[in-house]
Amino acid sequence: MSVAYEAVIGLEIHVQLITQSKAFCADSTAYGALPNTQVSPISLGHPGTLPRHNRSAVDYALKMGLALGCNITKENHYSRKNYFYADLPKGYQITQFNTPICEGGGVNIRLKDGSRKTVQLIRIHMEEDTGKSMHDQDPRDSLIDYNRAGTPLIEVVTAPDIRTGEEAYAFVTEIRRLVRYLDICDGNMEEGSLRCDANVSIRPIGTSTFGTKVEVKNMNSISNVRRAIDHEIERQRGILDAGGAVAGETRGFNALNGTTFSMRSKEMVNDYRYFPEPDLPPLILSDQYIAAVHKLMPELPETLFNRFTAELGLSEYDAGVLTDDKATAAYFLEVVKHTANYKSAANWVTVHIRGYLNEHAVGIDDFPLSGKRIADLIALIDSGQVSNSAAAQKLFPAMISHDGKSPLELAESLNLLQTGDADLIESIADEVLASLPQKVEEYRQGKTGLLGLFVGETMKRSKGKADPRKVNEVLLKKLGA
Amino acid sequence: MYSYTQYSRLRADLEAGACSCRALVEQCLQACETHKNLNAFLDLYADEALLRADQLDAQFRAGRNPGKLAGMVIALKDVICYKDHEVSASSKILKGFKSLYNATVTERLLQEGAIIIGRTNCDEFAMGASNENSAFGPVLNAADPSRVPGGSSGGSAVAVQTGMCHAALGSDTGGSIRQPAAFTGTVGLKPTYGRISRWGLLAYASSFDQIGPMTLTVADAALLLEVMAGPDQHDATCSTQTVDAYTLALDEAPEKPLRIAYLGDALDHPGLDTEIRLRSFDLFETLRSQGHTVEAVSFPYLDYMVPCYYVLTTAEASSNLSRYSGLTYGYRSPAAHDLESTFKRSRSEGFGPEVKRRIMLGTFVLSSDYYDAYYSKAQKVRRVIRDKTAALLEQYDFLLLPTTSTPPFRLGEKASDPIAMYLADLFTVQANLAGNPAISIPAGTNSAGLPFGMQVMAGNFKEAAMLRFSDYLSRLLP
Repeated sequence: MSVAYEAVIGLEIHVQLITQSKAFCADSTAYGALPNTQVSPISLGHPGTLPRHNRSAVDYALKMGLALGCNITKENHYSRKNYFYADLPKGYQITQFNTPICEGGGVNIRLKDGSRKTVQLIRIHMEEDTGKSMHDQDPRDSLIDYNRAGTPLIEVVTAPDIRTGEEAYAFVTEIRRLVRYLDICDGNMEEGSLRCDANVSIRPIGTSTFGTKVEVKNMNSISNVRRAIDHEIERQRGILDAGGAVAGETRGFNALNGTTFSMRSKEMVNDYRYFPEPDLPPLILSDQYIAAVHKLMPELPETLFNRFTAELGLSEYDAGVLTDDKATAAYFLEVVKHTANYKSAANWVTVHIRGYLNEHAVGIDDFPLSGKRIADLIALIDSGQVSNSAAAQKLFPAMISHDGKSPLELAESLNLLQTGDADLIESIADEVLASLPQKVEEYRQGKTGLLGLFVGETMKRSKGKADPRKVNEVLLKKLGA
Repeated sequence: MYSYTQYSRLRADLEAGACSCRALVEQCLQACETHKNLNAFLDLYADEALLRADQLDAQFRAGRNPGKLAGMVIALKDVICYKDHEVSASSKILKGFKSLYNATVTERLLQEGAIIIGRTNCDEFAMGASNENSAFGPVLNAADPSRVPGGSSGGSAVAVQTGMCHAALGSDTGGSIRQPAAFTGTVGLKPTYGRISRWGLLAYASSFDQIGPMTLTVADAALLLEVMAGPDQHDATCSTQTVDAYTLALDEAPEKPLRIAYLGDALDHPGLDTEIRLRSFDLFETLRSQGHTVEAVSFPYLDYMVPCYYVLTTAEASSNLSRYSGLTYGYRSPAAHDLESTFKRSRSEGFGPEVKRRIMLGTFVLSSDYYDAYYSKAQKVRRVIRDKTAALLEQYDFLLLPTTSTPPFRLGEKASDPIAMYLADLFTVQANLAGNPAISIPAGTNSAGLPFGMQVMAGNFKEAAMLRFSDYLSRLLP
């Protein structure tokens, strides 16, 4: 008899902060520099060097905590986590142990079936990154690049609230979107600026004790987080179903075959000998200071999503696409400053503009037209002067290559302005109907589908300038007669 | 021959050209040669010092002011960084390592025209009270070369004692400036924690360490403190408190009667040398006769101070010394063949026995099973000692005690008994636990001709008053 299990999953996400300089010294943090070129005696842990606070790293951590509704710790102490490893120049990592800068808070996620869930957070703390060991650069020796050593990180630790790989996927996606909105991390999992470890255990549904926890590492994309967790749940289920016991251990994820493999047993646990970092006095954050940082924060994606759906009446899909990144949302907000046709604005941004950006592989920040000009274009369509298709196919590209001219001027020079002139339309319609007597006869005998043919032909003879609604109206009248 | 006592007496002669910086350096180098057997220096920068002396002389001749310390010949304890010069903490593990930067104190001394003559021997990583823990051999006391000069700043103390330099820098974690000063008849000042930047000081126990001057007179200690003290962006624990003009108020008798306390338990301590006890009471009497109040106070924490100090300092040291791993700089064992053996072998071969003892002790007290029993408890004890000391120094102007419980002991006498050696810090660790400033001034010699010192402690950042009182006191002492 097989038992039904549920998974209990907690995530630890390391977010590399994109400050100019490192957490405790002035070295640059730019990615991709030649190995060991961004290393001062402080980064290298030379004798006699001391750390000093990087205020912007603290501000970034603070923004994350405020965005997630955490309680902010006013008196922050730093600790040392002691262990020996090649990529750790001082033999200890400066981190926060007893007083994480943020406690509590949560992340709201939306799942594919439309349901919503809040994942509670335990804490967010500040720490410094290690260097990078490279084992594949030299046949004999491992090499170390200390450029990354000392880069500021925050670690976000969730409660064991997550139950499926999909939920983990949604959670990490939300975290990535948020750090990008807040401009505190580039969110790039491939380069390791966002790293996720998952603690996974399973238990029979209905029980409340936890199963043996396995930590899964090395997932370098959000979809790999889902794959690794899904696989790990299946693996553990297989062990339990076969009457075995899950071993507490750390496992790595192999993206090539989608499985996890044992890295080390939890029994060889390190005693990190945490103690207060004597080189850094406590960092005190006043209410005023926290409020000042709060003021600098942008509107968050969740707030925007709710506004777009509730106030602007957009679909959840459109709202989701528009809030996917901060620049797109900002662009959309700029458009709707100048038009009240929110649906059309959403359509222009999510379809035509996004199409252009994809085709040209540029970001919205490099899109040449202002939101105001898109709003002008929408107004031109709404007034019936230009058809939707003419606008999309001809006018929009023309506006991009002739930035500066108004949509109306361009439509005129391209001969795209529709005419509502009834006399002209009637005379063309008469011409068309006269040229197709056979079809007119068939129509009158009931083949009403032929109306499209007459409309199309009329539009063609008007060179696209006739307002299609008017053409429809005139033809129906004439054919009905 | 110029008989150096304090810089202010020399300055006029330098400006007038009656004495040259070159002559001063030559004289110091001569003393270094004469007292070579004492093993005070690990390195002498003779050519550099002479070159710099000539440059300073040229500036004096041109009528310019080359700085407040121009011509003062200074030695650095081998735990203070001097750019492009070796700094080894008297340890094999850093043998040959050159610093890439200047310590803040080095920078400030150089800016004021000091001449750096060399780096002095000390106990390895400043751990010791006899200078017998150096990887490069012990330093001998000039007062009696069969005896230790104290430690850990033994080389600096002896260099000043014998005129190898005019002043030296030491570092003081539990008495490492004051105890050797007492043993060599020199002045040793440990400022308030945070008064002087620790940037460029090889850390032993970060929340205790302070750099300070070792000199022949209180006036020189005041002058050097004035130059070195003050905020530093490189050290987050360095205070922004204003630096007083420490040299200005010297040479004046106290305006009003002072309230002075001594710890009754300390003077009654069975380990206190009889002669030092008697001479201390003599001094108390002299002060009373000058109209000051001198009272015994009860401070029932004396027996807890040394254990508390060793738990906390070894904990910090075990972490601070983790960076010496043989990986990116310093000694790497020739037997190292992979990461683990690089760490284990390099550290096992590179560190001396006392340093290893303290790393192990510190690792133990921080381990998760013993953290609460030792580290947490010691932190609580430290808070009590700090609060009680501060309260005492609110009630009284100064605390006055012998610096050490004994005169300089013989080489090897305590080397095999770490506990006896640790008790050499009995009277000095209080100021490091509490953070307050303290100074040792020479109190003459005992009947065997061995020097000893008296220690003055004051409230936090009250160095100005403390120096003034010490200067006054030194005029009352033999």
